[in-house]
Amino acid sequence: MKTTYREALREAIRDAMQRDDRVFLMGEDVGSYGGCYAVSLGLLEEFGPERIRDTPLSESAFVGAGIGAALNGMRPIVEIMTVNFSLLALDQILNNAATLLHMSGGQFPVPLVIRMTTGAGRQLAAQHSHSLEGWYAHIPGLRVLAPATLEDARGMLWPALCDPDPVLIFEHNALYNLSGELADDAGPVDLTRAAVRRPGSDVTLITYGGSLAKTLTAADELAADGIDAEVIDLRTLRPLDADTFLESVRRTHRAVVVDEGWRTGSLSAEIAARIAEEALYELDAPVRRVCSAEVPIPYAKHLEEAALPQPASIAAAAREVVRGG
Amino acid sequence: MKEHLDLLREMVRIRRFEERCAELYSSAQIRGFLHLYVGEEAVATGVMSELDPQDAVVSTYRDHGHALARGVPMDAVMAEMFGKVAGCSRGRGGSMHLFDASHRFFGGNAIVGGGLPVAAGLALAHVMRGEPRVVACFFGEGAAAEGEFHEVLNLAALWRLPVLFCCENNQYAMGTAFAKEHAAGDLALRASSYGLAAWSVDGMDVLAVKESARRATESIRAGSGPCLLELRTYRFRAHSMYDPERYRDKAEVARWRDLDPIDRLVAVMKPEFTDDELGALEAEVSVEIDHAVATADAADLEPVTDLTRFVTSEVIP
Repeated sequence: MKTTYREALREAIRDAMQRDDRVFLMGEDVGSYGGCYAVSLGLLEEFGPERIRDTPLSESAFVGAGIGAALNGMRPIVEIMTVNFSLLALDQILNNAATLLHMSGGQFPVPLVIRMTTGAGRQLAAQHSHSLEGWYAHIPGLRVLAPATLEDARGMLWPALCDPDPVLIFEHNALYNLSGELADDAGPVDLTRAAVRRPGSDVTLITYGGSLAKTLTAADELAADGIDAEVIDLRTLRPLDADTFLESVRRTHRAVVVDEGWRTGSLSAEIAARIAEEALYELDAPVRRVCSAEVPIPYAKHLEEAALPQPASIAAAAREVVRGG
Repeated sequence: MKEHLDLLREMVRIRRFEERCAELYSSAQIRGFLHLYVGEEAVATGVMSELDPQDAVVSTYRDHGHALARGVPMDAVMAEMFGKVAGCSRGRGGSMHLFDASHRFFGGNAIVGGGLPVAAGLALAHVMRGEPRVVACFFGEGAAAEGEFHEVLNLAALWRLPVLFCCENNQYAMGTAFAKEHAAGDLALRASSYGLAAWSVDGMDVLAVKESARRATESIRAGSGPCLLELRTYRFRAHSMYDPERYRDKAEVARWRDLDPIDRLVAVMKPEFTDDELGALEAEVSVEIDHAVATADAADLEPVTDLTRFVTSEVIP
């Protein structure tokens, strides 16, 4: 069937609500408004205000309430409008959700799912556009997901709800209108493995989320130049499936990491370090990274575009590692 | 009389436990931060006496008294102080992070105000399942300056969540006096402005605390929404073992010590309750503490190979 990323997310929520009456959705404007990005449109009418729960603008309170409800037998899905706003709930996410199981000696798992928007590209400026999922991927106790395809938008939520531990799902805001074909019986997907989205033999391009489409576009450009790029979608940012990208790098001997996060102290740095630790002598060229410029993301379209990884910059980095610049 | 005796026993257990912890800290058997509850015993004792086993409790970093009054076994609490695997958090939490699922004791939270949102969520689950339970959420008056306090009082009142907010006003946020931290002096008034029932209680009088907790929990169970009790109390000892107490004078401490909740209850119970009976109660508590210290001392450490257990759950269904 023809669908969009937004509709696939909505269908995943609907399916989970129907499967398990412990599941409920709460967040700012998820009910009457239909969701800031219209993901939950229509669900209030279908499931009622007890299970599609509009909250005050109190990120720490409603994320913490999700933690408490999860501790007490429910399976909440908490929506935060955007990753920048999640910082108002960072205390709850780090000091409680990620910590309680270990600190309590295994007594208190927190089966909570938090969905939020991430990323730039819609001219929303520096308080709505950052890519902070790499920060969250730093934290032991969390699982961090970045669905980049219709299949993953549809299929990641249910296994996330089945996980007894907290799961963060990052939806890139440029993806909501992504449209395409999704199998009628599309359902839960494996959360443990990265995916090879395009097989290739000359260079491994490692990316996730909103950068996947740009990286695939770059791979097409490279193919026109006679460079056969493999594109890996990490899908799960924590725990990382390093085996998949290491296996690829051992075949191609070259790697470019594409990450919309900032370069310094980033997820891209982690991946480059893993490659250096595990496959340094397999490399024919240094690992390159294509990241966002180290600036708060600006409003003006030309500046925003210049700040982000783009197909041209990704392709240029790949040519450099293949041909030496 | 039986009820008074139970309250007295609980307060004495907490008092003597805390005093022993201070000694064990001095002899380096307990490390880390240690926040003692001496002087505040009436609060935990009075509130817990009105809770049912199926209710839930959220606590702070000054949590020994809450845990003991809730029924967490003293042996497990002391073993936690010693960092032993027999501790109620397997030695991962220590003094500030006592947990016990079997007593629905959802832990000491060392982020001031950090337990309030969790309490709201525990209560939300009760509401969604239609269970007439109360979540008792303890925090200090320092937490009333945190954003989470305001967010959660609004949310709890808005959704009529069955939470008993227990604000232990011991007059100091660490070393900052109440008047130096809060522009408006009346915490109950502040809470009631969010649309929930709130009143102040003499937190040095266990019978007054118990009576207020009874009224509040009855109202909450009847579906009237959350309540907040401002429990006016005082810690007789320093904030933690590192605190030189430069911020308050001895005369003030002495004035509050005259309100010692244990002495006051004993005075109420006399003359029927004799010195001999008090001596017997003290001896009984002393035996329990000796046993807790001995078993904690003898208990095993968790093997270092278990360090990474419980970062994530071991069984994924």
